Amino acid sequence: MSNSGSPCNGQPSQAPSLNSVPTHGQPLWLLAELTYKCPLQCPYCANPVDFASKTGELSTAEWIDVFTQARELGAAQLGFSGGEPLVRQDLIELIREARNLGYYSNLITSGVGLNERKIADFREAGLDHIQVSFQAADPEVNNLLAGSEKAFKQKLAMAREVKAQGYPMVLNFVTHRHNIDQIDRIIELCVELKADYVELATCQYYGWAYENRNDLLPTRAQLERAERITNDYRDRLAAEGNPIKIIFVTPDYYEERPKGCMNGWGQVFLTVTPDGTALPCHSARMLPIEFPSVREQSIEQIWNRSNGFNHFRGYEWMKEPCASCDEKEKDFGGCRCQAFMMTGDANNADPVCSKSPHHDLILQAREEAELPSHKEPVYRNERNSKVFCKS
Amino acid sequence: MSSPTHSANTTPNTAAEISPESVPVLNRMFRFQWEKAQDSYVLLYPEGMVKLNGPAGEVLALVDGQRTAADIIQTLQAKFPDAEGIDRDILDFLGDAREQLWITL
Repeated sequence: MSNSGSPCNGQPSQAPSLNSVPTHGQPLWLLAELTYKCPLQCPYCANPVDFASKTGELSTAEWIDVFTQARELGAAQLGFSGGEPLVRQDLIELIREARNLGYYSNLITSGVGLNERKIADFREAGLDHIQVSFQAADPEVNNLLAGSEKAFKQKLAMAREVKAQGYPMVLNFVTHRHNIDQIDRIIELCVELKADYVELATCQYYGWAYENRNDLLPTRAQLERAERITNDYRDRLAAEGNPIKIIFVTPDYYEERPKGCMNGWGQVFLTVTPDGTALPCHSARMLPIEFPSVREQSIEQIWNRSNGFNHFRGYEWMKEPCASCDEKEKDFGGCRCQAFMMTGDANNADPVCSKSPHHDLILQAREEAELPSHKEPVYRNERNSKVFCKS
Repeated sequence: MSSPTHSANTTPNTAAEISPESVPVLNRMFRFQWEKAQDSYVLLYPEGMVKLNGPAGEVLALVDGQRTAADIIQTLQAKFPDAEGIDRDILDFLGDAREQLWITL
């Protein structure tokens, strides 16, 4: 590891290892997880499974300070996320400040808690874009997965309103074995709602989704069918002159090489959690690494000099087969969280890679996907989270 | 999440001819601004950013929904009197920008 200096504890110090710190980019993307509170209970939520133990949300002033500092370092995109960011009563104030600072701001919401008035007020305050996430095109599956009766109708109404008020709109469908066979209906719904971008993002298996993986991972046949249908729609819509952009994200469990996770550790993304912990990606909290807090260190210290952000920068930390691999600059050994979750060692190659000695874990998950799934997923709620806090 | 940045491809292409009388308008999907940290103009859109090269930034900075392509050429010709063939380059770029859906004409 290139940075073996002790944690800095908020004291500005000359890090002895500074010269050996690998080069890195600017934190162009700031993801502000404003709260872990959420009215939905999606079983594939990326929040930590023990979120119920995290308390003490950053105040309005603390968030504005984070935005200001990150902007100085080059952040241009700001995502308001959560939990459900609409739960924060000061959201409009944060939006206004983001605009004053020159951010392009994105509200990433379930749409639950949104209304016509708020959409207009946010626009006036300078919000650039609203992304509404859907669980499926079918109300029944949507409601089953979101754990809410009224969610689907509300999402539809809000998506229409977002578009009517002139925002660019991205619709996000998290796909998995229960809804991927409805991909045609999902695409048709997006076309009807006049989405500008559609993300058909196959569930990533972190947080709650990892707990529920066997009930979420589609079979290879399901996946291939969905991709084929998506390509057909793309061609047809393009031929009709429809500018809609459809992005299909394959689950890495069906790849032979890992994804270049987050464009490299600490290269582009900076996530700040509700309690002010700064992370190189929104899943990294699970790793046995001490991550800095914006309450104790400046964003500049965190991004450029903290042990947490320098941990997997460069290639020196790599073990075999990554260290000598000619593809390491392309995929950076894959996802550190996935390596840790599945092998117990975050320095290992991502098991998605067929060169990994742990690749059989992925093959096993694929095989299990072929079995009929019957278990009820664990819903992401306060009660279930407390179970994880204890264990 | 897709990559938030990619470089603008401003290579002239064979896009349909742009009339000098046409008025380019920025697609409201994009926000155009000077980005100090990039030392360049950029286009920002949902979860992404296009970093514009110098000439592309100069042209888009003049796209305001009022000026015609001819106005833009005239302004930039006055600003860069030594640049040759600037009118062709600007029209090619506007064609490319339309292809990318950055502007409508």
